[in-house]
Amino acid sequence: MQCHKCDQKGVFALQHGALCKSHFVHYFEEKVFKTMNKFQLIKRNDRICVAASGGKDSLTVLYLAKKYLEKNNLPAEVFALVIDEGIANYRSKTIADLELFCQEQRITLHKVSNKEEFGYTLDEAYPKVNKGTNKKPCNICGVWRRYLINKYARKLGATKVITGHNLDDEAQAIIMNMFKANTKIAAHLGPISGIQEEGSFVQRVKPLYFCTEKETRLYSILKQFQVQFIECPYASEGYRSQIREMLNEFEAKYKGTKQGIIQSFLSMLPLLKEQARKEEEGVSVCTTCGEAAQQEKCNACLIQEVLRAA
Amino acid sequence: MELTIFNEKDNSTIHIQFNGQIVAELLQFLRINPEAVLVARNSEILLEDEQLHDKDNIELLSVVSGG
Repeated sequence: MQCHKCDQKGVFALQHGALCKSHFVHYFEEKVFKTMNKFQLIKRNDRICVAASGGKDSLTVLYLAKKYLEKNNLPAEVFALVIDEGIANYRSKTIADLELFCQEQRITLHKVSNKEEFGYTLDEAYPKVNKGTNKKPCNICGVWRRYLINKYARKLGATKVITGHNLDDEAQAIIMNMFKANTKIAAHLGPISGIQEEGSFVQRVKPLYFCTEKETRLYSILKQFQVQFIECPYASEGYRSQIREMLNEFEAKYKGTKQGIIQSFLSMLPLLKEQARKEEEGVSVCTTCGEAAQQEKCNACLIQEVLRAA
Repeated sequence: MELTIFNEKDNSTIHIQFNGQIVAELLQFLRINPEAVLVARNSEILLEDEQLHDKDNIELLSVVSGG
């Protein structure tokens, strides 16, 4: 199929026709920049921390955040922060890709590890925590990652955290929360995370919100970003992987399913946020570590308590 | 036709006899959801309606991130 804008060969099919390499790159970048403009994800004097892993999403969002600042002549600063979870034969490889990328793009990279912060790698902590709580590795990993990203982004003076969450990630999260009746958690989704600005929480924003996983992978290939495909050894244990498979099956049969989930959710999101603001008493401070918490102790400290008792 | 298929997800290569004509048919034959992969031949991305040829080397590039 030929590109519907020129006579080049198509590399990506949209519902109304195909796009060639250069028109796809332009389409993708414009979609990201429009999201950033529409939701005002970056302000003029922001100091931006990009939560990176070295995968396709984080390299893409890191590259485009920098490009957006240059294009709009914004003085905002950008740096990358990576969390080494301590997963054997996995994260060290993607961190090597990230280091190379940041070096080429002249972006400062900060590294933090679970081992240094909590005394355990994820591989060491998982069997102990699972025994006491039945928590899956993705639960522990998610709590620790969010904790460290917020703590170190704030320490490094960031006013925004950019994440590489794409449309597929968000559609999965919406459905996961719906299936588990987690409406309060769902209220924290959207292109701008959280329900209100809070002192100790650095606001998280998602420029790839309207880009599918397939589009993002294609963009990273066409831009020749060095990304290795390495599957996390814990990936198949997650609830998310089953939801992803289900949504992909629906999308293959009924085009636009994921987009429909996002659009429906966005129309409900202001109501969900308003409700959550009324119900939540606001963010308090963890009595153990002093970090932001929704209850007396933050989830990271609750995991630490399980580990100490193990 | 005879095709060589490299699958990035499990880093495996297989050789198959395929009676179809186009990429969409190949994915159906391999029971792979088109949403989950990009298909390439000699590093060139192929659309689902593209014609395959005997002795093609096909790569299935995983769309899903590792985590």
